[in-house]
Amino acid sequence: MENGVWVFIESDSGTIADVSLELLWKGRELADQLRCELGCFIIGHQVSDAASDLIAYGADMVCVADHAQLVHYLTLPYTRIAVELIKEYRPSIVLIGATSTGRDLAPRIASHMRTGLTADCTDLQIGEYKFGKRIWKELLWQIRPAFGGNVIATIVTPETKPQMATVREGVFRQPDADPAREGTVVDLKPTLTEQDLIFKIVERVKAEKKVNLKSARIIVAGGMGVGSKDNFELVRELAGVLGGEVGATRAAVDAGFVDHERQIGQTGVTVRPNLYVACGISGAIQHRAGMQESSRIIAINTDSDAPIFSVAHYGITGDLNEVIPRMIKAYKEKD
Amino acid sequence: MAYRMVCLMKQVPDTRNITADVLREDGTVNRQALPAVVNPDDLFALEMALDVKDKYGGEITVMSMGPPAAIEVLRDAMSRGADHAILLTDKKFAGADTLATSHVLESAIRKNGPFNLIFCGRQAIDGDTAQVGPQVAEKLDIPQVTFAEAIEFLDQDDIVIRRAIEGGFERIRGRIPLLVTVTNAAANPRPPSIKRKMFWKKAQTRSSVQSEEEGEMLERGLLIPVWGLAEVGCAAEICGFQGSETWIKNVENVKLTAHEPKSFDTSETGIKELINELINEHII
Ligand SMILES: Cc1cc2nc3c(=O)[nH]c(=O)nc-3n(C[C@H](O)[C@H](O)[C@H](O)COP(=O)(O)OP(=O)(O)OC[C@H]3O[C@@H](n4cnc5c(N)ncnc54)[C@H](O)[C@@H]3O)c2cc1C
Ligand SMILES: Nc1ncnc2c1ncn2[C@@H]1O[C@H](COP(=O)(O)O)[C@@H](O)[C@H]1O
Repeated sequence: MENGVWVFIESDSGTIADVSLELLWKGRELADQLRCELGCFIIGHQVSDAASDLIAYGADMVCVADHAQLVHYLTLPYTRIAVELIKEYRPSIVLIGATSTGRDLAPRIASHMRTGLTADCTDLQIGEYKFGKRIWKELLWQIRPAFGGNVIATIVTPETKPQMATVREGVFRQPDADPAREGTVVDLKPTLTEQDLIFKIVERVKAEKKVNLKSARIIVAGGMGVGSKDNFELVRELAGVLGGEVGATRAAVDAGFVDHERQIGQTGVTVRPNLYVACGISGAIQHRAGMQESSRIIAINTDSDAPIFSVAHYGITGDLNEVIPRMIKAYKEKD
Repeated sequence: MAYRMVCLMKQVPDTRNITADVLREDGTVNRQALPAVVNPDDLFALEMALDVKDKYGGEITVMSMGPPAAIEVLRDAMSRGADHAILLTDKKFAGADTLATSHVLESAIRKNGPFNLIFCGRQAIDGDTAQVGPQVAEKLDIPQVTFAEAIEFLDQDDIVIRRAIEGGFERIRGRIPLLVTVTNAAANPRPPSIKRKMFWKKAQTRSSVQSEEEGEMLERGLLIPVWGLAEVGCAAEICGFQGSETWIKNVENVKLTAHEPKSFDTSETGIKELINELINEHII
């Protein structure tokens, strides 16, 4: 397994997180390109059943750390188990979902291994890197929008292993399961120390995921142009009438117009609905990264130069406060 | 028990404020034109530390790694009630990724330690990485609780924290020393006191004051210590650009193609046309 591609599999009550499956899909592609194996590790309780699924989804090897005390994510034991695995199997690439768990775990591992980590990649590729006279072949290109207008940066970690990256949900697609695939399962039988369990979860309240933006066919999204939390009702109304979900920009989320789970973009969810209606959204690259593959995009913006128009199929230059009510009316009046 | 606390705070360009005037013609952002602010989450981190100080007693040292201008963050933190401030500045610290940043912060904390509680913001808005906190905790070999919303109980060594998880929260119990990263769902930052603000406005680093003023500034407590590589005591190879393991291969401008969307006017007829087209094409 030396030099393989590895994915951390996140699970909750035995269900594998979507983002982990999406990373297996990408991981498989990278491993094939590198002519190496795709490994993954899953830590939790009663997760052994998941192992055969993970092989069907593309893994060549699954390491399972099953323990009653590991039923929910805990920083210290999860990090220790991950680091021990990495030291033993020396993968060249480790991919982790950018969830609240992944964002707690990945930097801890990277810090321990003294290696680089790139957050929220929007693409991953294999390629070479030249610096002066030196050439590295087959490095992981960690691609993400960089802070700044319309710039995409490609980041590499040439000198240390593993090369690590986190990716948000929705960026890659889900693999199809092939029950005929074969692979190895390694049962780690972890023993936990007192130090591992210095922190304990005393209560956990988790609502079922209310919104599933990824599978919505229609999304009506609002940005700062909506103006206020109250006025966001307009966006909700249009979404309701069209039978779609509500989305938002980071700026709108930060301003408290809507919940964080509705954020679309590089640091939110990536979506590809049939129809995306962008209301009062300028179209910054971090936002476009999460919606530009929608089949049809309508942009409503008072500024005819707003970058959102460049990715839109239909454009309305105007005030959303006039346009949205008219859209609702026109839709209701259709015969 | 009086707690010894550190709060790590960063100065960032205000990315919430990217307006047309800071965009260059090629669409890139002129970073210099963005106002520099205290990273928003870091104010929530400081508030959590101040709350511990109010309730149980203790001392807060604020540390910021950045260019000399980052002293502004420390002035702000002192005006809100922090007790000590240290500016971590050195040419060798420049160009750091999160790993290299965490080396410097770890060394500075060790140098000044031991501490019971270390507070960070959840993430810095210039990169949204949320990596530095956990990386520092790992280097200090202490536990961490990320995305904290409140400290609900603290007594000697025991602590209970409420932290955000997707779609809910967790109550987690453990022991200090501990590093906590704080979200903006935590208690709102208190404003700086006017009196303290007027006072700390005058604070300077030693290198920026005239030598004849130095004595008086020192006496009044207005000289903010500056630690460079030597003071922090960290090897140059692991700091800044040199210590960064993520390298930028290239940065590409995304040219927005002059793609013209089909446009509709805002009149009732214009909108009706759009809706009809969507219906005819079975999009809605
Ligand atoms: C590291 C990092 C990660 C980020 N991740 C994300 C992310 O995941 N998702 C995301 O969305 N952003 C993200 N951002 C932020 C992004 O750069 C932009 O700041 C943000 O998308 C802007 O949101 P906005 O379009 O709502 O606001 P603005 O850019 O302020 O745009 C508002 C628009 O509304 C228009 N408008 C105003 N009034 C009206 C009206 N009455 N009718 C119609 N139009 C009107 C204006 O012309 C303007 O174009 C990230 C930034 C960084 C630095
Ligand atoms: N240069 C720095 N100086 C002090 N604290 C920092 C610095 N960089 C990051 N931090 C802390 O780490 C947190 C997360 O930063 P980041 O990993 O960049 O998102 C911030 O909210 C700060 O508390």
